[in-house]
Parts: sequence; structure tokens; C-alpha cells
Amino acid sequence: METKTATAGRALSMAPVEGVQTELQGPQATEQALMNAQAPESFARHVRGYLYVFYALIFGTLITVGASYIPFGNREVNIAVALFIAISKASLVACYFMHLISERKLIYGILGFTAFFFLGLMFLTIGSFADFPRHTVTH
Amino acid sequence: MDIPYTVAIRPDTGLYNAKAGIWLFLASEVMLFGALFSAYILLRVGAQDDFWPHGWLNIPLGTLNTLVLITSSITTVLAWASCKMGQFGRFKVFHACTLILAATFVGIKSYEYHDKFTHYEITLNDGRIADGHLLESKPDRVVIRGRFVADRKDLFDLRAPTASHKHEEITLPRADIKRMESYGPWHHTYLAIYFTLTGLHALHVIGGAIVIGFLWGPGSRLWRRDPERFTNRVEISGLFWHFVDMVWIFLFPVLYLI
Repeated sequence: METKTATAGRALSMAPVEGVQTELQGPQATEQALMNAQAPESFARHVRGYLYVFYALIFGTLITVGASYIPFGNREVNIAVALFIAISKASLVACYFMHLISERKLIYGILGFTAFFFLGLMFLTIGSFADFPRHTVTH
Repeated sequence: MDIPYTVAIRPDTGLYNAKAGIWLFLASEVMLFGALFSAYILLRVGAQDDFWPHGWLNIPLGTLNTLVLITSSITTVLAWASCKMGQFGRFKVFHACTLILAATFVGIKSYEYHDKFTHYEITLNDGRIADGHLLESKPDRVVIRGRFVADRKDLFDLRAPTASHKHEEITLPRADIKRMESYGPWHHTYLAIYFTLTGLHALHVIGGAIVIGFLWGPGSRLWRRDPERFTNRVEISGLFWHFVDMVWIFLFPVLYLI
């Protein structure tokens, strides 16, 4: 049974809140206590961090568009550059906005399985092109 | 009876239940979009040389929509941070911005869709091809703003240095028209996957905006009764919103730029 504690207008999960029953033991309990003990200044720091990530995402978007106008020699290089920037931007969103940089093991486990199957899906698609008998592909 | 672990941490997962749930849901979403991205790769790699479109979409509008969605992501995370800091008023302001930005995104996307559905490739009886936006459609004639091309291949790479962007008003008698087709999903496999991917993404934007709108409006009453539980709801909807943003981060270069 959980206990409801915080009240409207009060900072949540920043000071150790009396009566919050986390039902955790050992290291998990310590980690949870540390999370609960975040001070408002600490949250202000987080907000500054979010703003830096936001600026980086804006910058990344402009770079992506700019790079698409640069003739690198062949289309494959342009594709690689665009995807590299997209992966960097997506990592920033995942790590900071979605807090994956400090999450629970269960979430990493879920995402590990997802990544495995996602990559499998992509390689099956690409690998299917190696499956044509020789000299049957005309383009 | 209370729903367990809406706020308190469940001992075996280390999470409140909704958070484990949303991540499982997002994992299934990765596979859904992953399947469509793999379809895109298959179509693209399988396309004939010189017949995969380049520059068919409006890059400034796509860039603007990317910036809109990124900005909505920061307002979402700031709305959640405001709840964490107990600043309900700021939460309301930030999420109002998120909703406005979501509406802007869908508005721009609708304009882009409209642009494609009014864009026609018209093959004439003499073999020439006229390509442009429909201005007028009468029983005896069609008027477009566009250009003539001698070879259909010239329609595919609009970002090539040699591509012509000189458009003029062209009147075509109906009797001269052999075939006329708009740039809908039926026109080319690129447009089929473009409409599928962006349409599904737009549905996610609309769905996310409905949830955020609920939390901003009637759902915000929970803040008075149980602010921690409300804050968790804001976090869950935010995780979904960031995922939608992340999908667009890939869609933009893949469909507009490369």
C-alpha cells in the first residue's frame, strides 16, 4: 500500500519526504533516498542542462540541413553524415529528456532486447539483398 | 481499492508501474516504426538508379517542423520539472506551449500534404510531360503552374545543380492529356512510404497532444488531490512525447534530405 504525501504548491521529491514508503531495500533504497533528496537548486541545474540539450538539438538540426547541401563526392557519404547527426540528436533526447542516462536496470534490459530485435530487423532487410542468385539483379 | 504503485516504487522493478508500462509500450513502438524504416530501406535499395526522388519535399518547412517539435520537447520536460518543483502555474504555461507547438506541427504537415495532393504529373499524347501544381480544372482544360520535361528522369532529382526551377502557368486542353496523376501515395513508392511514415507519426502527435491536453485541462484536477501521482502522469506522457520527437529526428533527414 502506498502513502500519498506531497501537497499542492510544494516541491516534490526534492527533500526527504517523511512518510514516503518506497519499500526498497539495500542499495536501491539508498539510491531512491538520494533521488528524493534532490534540492531545488539541483533541479535548477537540471533545467539548465535541458536548455543546453535544446540548444544542441537546434544546432544539430541546422548542421544536418547545411551538410545535405555539401557535395561530399557521393550520396553515401551524405547519408552517413545525416544519419550520424540524427543518431547523436536522438541520443541526447533519450539520455537527457527521457533520463536514460540514469535509469533503472529493468529499463535498460527492455531497451537491450528492443535494440537486439531492431538491429535484427534492419540486418534481415539488408541481408535479403545478398540472397539473390548471381546475375539476377539488373540494377 | 487503490491502484498499487502509482507513486510508490515497486520493489522488484525499482519503478512505479506506469513507468515500466510506458517503456514496454515504447519498445513495441520502436519495432512498429522499425518495420516501416526497414520497408523504406528495401524500397530505396530496390529502386532503379535515378528514379528515387530527391528534393521532392519542402526543406525549409521540414526544418521548421523539426524545430517546432524539438521546442515542444523542451517545453514538455520543463512542464514536468515545474511539477517536480511544485510550480503548477509554470506547468500550465509550458504545457500550453507544447499544445500550441503540436497544433503548429500538424498544421504545417497538413499544408505539406495538401501541396502533394495538388501537385500533378501530366503525360500528354505527344509524349511530353507537364509537372506542376493545379490552378484550375475545367471540363475542357487544365491549368497548372509548372514546367515541361522531355524525360521523366528529369522529375526525380530536384536538388541536382542542373534541375530547372523555372515554373510558369501552363494551359493544357483535356483532349491532349493522356494521363494525369497527383503526387499521392499511389504515385511512387517513395510517396507511399512517405505518407505511411509521416501519417503514422502525425497520428502519434495527435494522440500525444490529446493526452497532454487532458493533463493540462480536466486531468490537472489530480494535482490538488495527489500531486506526486499527477507529476508521474506528466512524466509518462512526456516520455511518449520525446519518443515521437525522436522518431521525427530520423524521419526528417531520411525523407527530406538524403
